[in-house]
Amino acid sequence: MSDLSRRKLITAGVAATAGVLGLGAAARIAERYGLVPPDHGGIWGIGETLTYASQRLLTRHSLAREFSRSQISKRPVANEMPPLNDAYKRVQAGGFLDWRLSVDGLVARPGMFSLKQLKSYPSRSQITQLACEEGWSYIAEWHGVPLSHVLDVVGIQPHARYVVYFSIDPEWWESIDMADALHPQTFLAYGMNGNELPTGNGGPLRLRLPRQLGYKSVKFITRLTVTDSLKGFGKGLGSASPEGGYAWYAGI
Amino acid sequence: MADSAYIPNAVSAVPATTVKVNSRHSALVRVTHWITTLCFIALLVSGIEILISHPRFYWGETGNVLTTPLFKIPIPSSRALVPTGYGYVLPDQNGWSRYLHFQAAWALVLTGLLYAIFSLVSGHWRKNLLPGKAELSWRVLWTEISNHLRFKRPSESEAWSYNLLQRITYLFVIFVLFPLVIWTGLAMSLGFVSAFPATVTLLGGQQSARTIHFFVSVALVLFLLVHVVMIFLAGFRSRMRAMITGKAGTGKEST
Repeated sequence: MSDLSRRKLITAGVAATAGVLGLGAAARIAERYGLVPPDHGGIWGIGETLTYASQRLLTRHSLAREFSRSQISKRPVANEMPPLNDAYKRVQAGGFLDWRLSVDGLVARPGMFSLKQLKSYPSRSQITQLACEEGWSYIAEWHGVPLSHVLDVVGIQPHARYVVYFSIDPEWWESIDMADALHPQTFLAYGMNGNELPTGNGGPLRLRLPRQLGYKSVKFITRLTVTDSLKGFGKGLGSASPEGGYAWYAGI
Repeated sequence: MADSAYIPNAVSAVPATTVKVNSRHSALVRVTHWITTLCFIALLVSGIEILISHPRFYWGETGNVLTTPLFKIPIPSSRALVPTGYGYVLPDQNGWSRYLHFQAAWALVLTGLLYAIFSLVSGHWRKNLLPGKAELSWRVLWTEISNHLRFKRPSESEAWSYNLLQRITYLFVIFVLFPLVIWTGLAMSLGFVSAFPATVTLLGGQQSARTIHFFVSVALVLFLLVHVVMIFLAGFRSRMRAMITGKAGTGKEST
């Protein structure tokens, strides 16, 4: 072995060791600052972590684009979805008077909220885009109560890290970090374009998360859980999406 | 740096008195070339899969099955929502396609960054890609174009340096097509544009960004096809050898 190749080998060895140690340190720092998504394991973990971490660093407080009234889509799309279950149809038959949103987990005052109660809170509106991972999109005006308001009412504990939310369809549940949960544009939406939220668009209650793709804006919300760990939910990947092969973070 | 790292240990075309020979392509160019190739194929396959879930294109901010498309691609879709005219729906492949698309995009962007820093520091762009003053004339350009149109085999010297058309094409791919495809990709990200809204409004809206992303991808695929055809015309083995081992060939096939 020549001197040169030995020197190159040593240099490469040192560089590789430094690289591995550096990656380890970076992973610990990222974990501490909440930059690692729950679906970081497996072959797509590196890409997912890079996307989530860099978007969190860039977008923690940024606002989704809002549009003018003239840009509202004339016909908002009601995406295809599985048939409504009996639980939904029962409450629908009663005019949604018995629709309840339960809030539990790391909160001071767990509770149940009727639509009437939610509508009694200060109502907010936003004209934002709903974009699907498939590539299509529409703009609508959404009316609702900011999720942060409801979280204030129940009083979240300081070590809360995620909000998990569930549809009346048990197959459909998602979660978001506190940056998204407390974001001023994250709504519990009950209205659209000046009317009640139609069933096809998630009525009577839908989560609206305009900085992420449509599949994070779960329809027919009945339960919120505040938690410091996503391990106990489903397969521990954060939501139903990664279990079905889709990324937990959908800001891209 | 890497320019001089290669030391020939076998017979080479240069005089025996020379101890060190600059390789045709430096190690960094070769490594980043093949990583880029791999990423591009991954992005292409996953991109096509994502496209299949909504093979319709629009202009402006919004577009969906209830609005008039700019154009449609006449293929079946992986979503029942899309009226394609086909009586069947393809299986949904978007989950892994999106994961792969973004992972490959990260690898490509980081590789491109490494390549760009290297190229600036080593003078690779200046020396190997920027056309020389003497070369930059309509006459040279015309000769090059007519040589290409007549499928004339490249001269011996072209085993060692790029011709004018090659330089212009590579510069266009590096400084126009790749930046555009990255920009239009990011302009579709709801999270990214919340921090940098001008990146999407400048393009005319999110659906315009998607449409431009598609056309730039088509341009990149066309480049890839021509690139591969040219390699076959110039001598597949010698050009592949140059990009894999760094050794320049004579341009003639030895078999």
